[in-house]
Amino acid sequence: MSKLDSKAPSGPIETKWQDHRFNMKLVNPANKRKHSVIVVGTGLAGASAAASMGELGYKVKAFCVHESPRRAHSVAAQGGINAAKNYQNDGDSISRLFYDTIKGGDFRAREANVYRLAETSVKIIDQCVAQGVPFARDYGGLLANRSFGGAQVSRTFYARGQTGQQLLLGAYQSMMRQVDLGNVELRTRREMLDLVVVDGKARGIIVRNLLTGELESHEADAVVLATGGYSTVFYLSTNAMACAVTAAWRAHKRGAYFANPCFTQIHPTCIPVHGENQSKLTLMSESLRNDGRVWVSKVKDDKRKPTDIPENERDYFLERIYPSFGNLAPRDVASRQAKYRCDEGHSVIPGGEGVFLDFADAIKRNGENKIAEKYGNLFQMYDKITGENPYKHPMKIYPAPHYTMGGLWVDYNLMSTIPGLFVAGEANFSDHGANRLGASALMQGLADGYFVIPYTIGDYIANTKLNPVTPTHDSFKEAANNVQGQITKLMNIKGTRTVESFHKQLGRIMWNNCGMARNEKGLTEAIKNISKLKEEFWSNVRVPGDANYLNPELEKAGRVADFLELGELMCRDALDRKESCGGHFREEYQVDGEAKRDDENYCYVAAWEWMGESKAQSLHKEQLTFENIKLATRSYK
Amino acid sequence: MSEKLINLTLKVWRQKTKSAPGEFKTYEAKKVSTDSSFLEMLDQLNDELIQKGDDPIAFDHDCREGICGSCGFMINGQAHGPLKSTSVCQLHMRNFNDGEVLTVEPWRATAFPMIKDLMTDRTGLDRIVKAGGYISVNTGNAPDGNAVPVPKVDADEAFANAQCIACGACVASCKNGSASLFTSAKMVHLNSLPQGKVEAEKRALSMVGQMDAEGFGACTSTGACSAACPKDISLVSIAKMNRAFLKASLNKKPEVQGGEAG
Repeated sequence: MSKLDSKAPSGPIETKWQDHRFNMKLVNPANKRKHSVIVVGTGLAGASAAASMGELGYKVKAFCVHESPRRAHSVAAQGGINAAKNYQNDGDSISRLFYDTIKGGDFRAREANVYRLAETSVKIIDQCVAQGVPFARDYGGLLANRSFGGAQVSRTFYARGQTGQQLLLGAYQSMMRQVDLGNVELRTRREMLDLVVVDGKARGIIVRNLLTGELESHEADAVVLATGGYSTVFYLSTNAMACAVTAAWRAHKRGAYFANPCFTQIHPTCIPVHGENQSKLTLMSESLRNDGRVWVSKVKDDKRKPTDIPENERDYFLERIYPSFGNLAPRDVASRQAKYRCDEGHSVIPGGEGVFLDFADAIKRNGENKIAEKYGNLFQMYDKITGENPYKHPMKIYPAPHYTMGGLWVDYNLMSTIPGLFVAGEANFSDHGANRLGASALMQGLADGYFVIPYTIGDYIANTKLNPVTPTHDSFKEAANNVQGQITKLMNIKGTRTVESFHKQLGRIMWNNCGMARNEKGLTEAIKNISKLKEEFWSNVRVPGDANYLNPELEKAGRVADFLELGELMCRDALDRKESCGGHFREEYQVDGEAKRDDENYCYVAAWEWMGESKAQSLHKEQLTFENIKLATRSYK
Repeated sequence: MSEKLINLTLKVWRQKTKSAPGEFKTYEAKKVSTDSSFLEMLDQLNDELIQKGDDPIAFDHDCREGICGSCGFMINGQAHGPLKSTSVCQLHMRNFNDGEVLTVEPWRATAFPMIKDLMTDRTGLDRIVKAGGYISVNTGNAPDGNAVPVPKVDADEAFANAQCIACGACVASCKNGSASLFTSAKMVHLNSLPQGKVEAEKRALSMVGQMDAEGFGACTSTGACSAACPKDISLVSIAKMNRAFLKASLNKKPEVQGGEAG
């Protein structure tokens, strides 16, 4: 077991990033155009990185699986983006955002990275406003804010319930400007299926053209992965259908360590599951908890209509247990409490799982119009999906997999354990520890892409001897053959079960054993069951059609193959971490239903190294030290 | 959420490749939950097709929350089906009756070449954005977010237009195959903000120019686009685009090349 070097600069936390930027080597403008960078993924992190590096003069090649970069799943983020602007004069500051994020992450994130994130947040808003992102504004024309879970200040900027879409359009449009100027070459409907490592450095990728089936090799001086998270390992999640771990996982198999895979976030306010044929779950923005009150009946299996349940027979459990944060308790805490109520028999859906999110009081206080102005599109979406009018009846909600804090391990420069492979946004593990606060994902994606990677990649290029490579190099051929081999293998199985059925079964194993609550017995069983499922997959999956043309089933098969391996690692990581922290709740380690952290033994990042097929990954630890914020038990009471 | 099961007959356009001839094929969708979305109903049908060894129906989709703009096809001649302000992923089967016959076909427009079955190539819309659908500001160049106040009504108008998801329903619903609603939404979004006004005229000329170059048709103001739009983009945006284009055409000034300060 080796020790991992975070490369976090020394010196006071307030000036680390500034000092680091000064100490970095620069690439002169004339030389930048001689260097090429591959960016995989065009969500917030990828598009912002591609645009910014294009502006700097690098030759950028951007890739996405979608038909258009604007369809990346960042588009679906609803609630908002945090920034320590303190426009509301309510006591916010960079230090407070830093503190909230470290505490929200249950002390399992790296201080230096989180401070930089808080520091950068301020510039992100400026950048987005300048791009024309139509943030909500007050009548005086200034930017509006709202509060979000895990914070006691209003620091969240938003564009109704479509903040992610608007920020993504800003980044996408900036990138398209660079495409127009010839600095970014865009290739859509391409899926990265392998990373090419030459002389120990990331030098290219193998992608499959999803329309023609053709495999392409692309070379560069550095590779940025901005390929999002892996919540779809649970099958049912709020993530889009094409969200996958594939790009990150293939990089993992080439030597990039995978950090904290068991740190996943279950979002408390999603529309409950309706049935067997459901393909995905829909999130209702956390911002709804600003005005909605979460409750269940005090009576078990209560069959009464919610409006018939008198006030004194209702349990507003978040307000009861966490009086100072109330309905705005952080996501992991709010989710777990909803699960407990349902486990105890207080579910509001007969035969299913759900709790109420009720706006009756807010409507009485502010009027239906005011509520419609704030949340109109969310209410409309709820109505469409469930066929119930949330202005008249309380919403029914239940937690669902939503975000993954874990991801490829990166150092302070956002470089993985493979030199030249950078990882940005949700795909890396860096800033959220064991639980992410609401409205912080957009912030991190854009911080990485606009303001971190464009600097650190320059330092890497300036300090590294990069010999020219071409796709005729043996490493490219080997990687392309590896990919072709897997495709041929999948096509030739010709079994009896659909890809989807395997994915659903894996999802159930993960949700039941590695979801909101985990224990040793469940995890051990899950590992066995996943291993059996993986064996069956490789002998009995049915991929119809042809590999040489558009084939969505083949695409899914490759992704599920990777999820099967990731699922196993997630369970092993969860088993290995004998403590509860943030979203990782081990039933054996709790005090009165709250997480019991073990700082003495587990105050580290678990980074797993791939050791080859059918061998167990080996664990490396990055010890976390807290010099600026005292390790303390997280309390929202 | 009171689930019922219904049976439907689907006539689906099947076309293997861009150049292969296409045809309608009839399928029975059985025991469809009324809580399922239209796409989940197609998933269920595809599952059966795969089990039988047939080729599943190809359609674009991703977020299934009505925001990524990937999905979209015609149901009985209506883009995204019968429900107003709704993309097909948010169209639930409770909007259909047991025994209904539905004709499902892809967007049909000159500027959207066929890919397979219900999938078409809408990258022409990206190329319109590439031709000026942005504000030229490099990373790091921005003043404080509150330095320029934006009247709330302008911010609201920008937002209303920025909601466009580029699904292509407007083009598919237009008898001329025009992308005017899409193009005008982007233009009005940016032009109504002080940050976007600087490039407004240049933007109008280049975006309209690209729209024509892609082979999208002209607008004859029938309003079919706006009626089909899942995000309710208003026809007024097209009028504003035409005005901006006219103004820009009359105002066109010669651009001085190499005018950067030494």
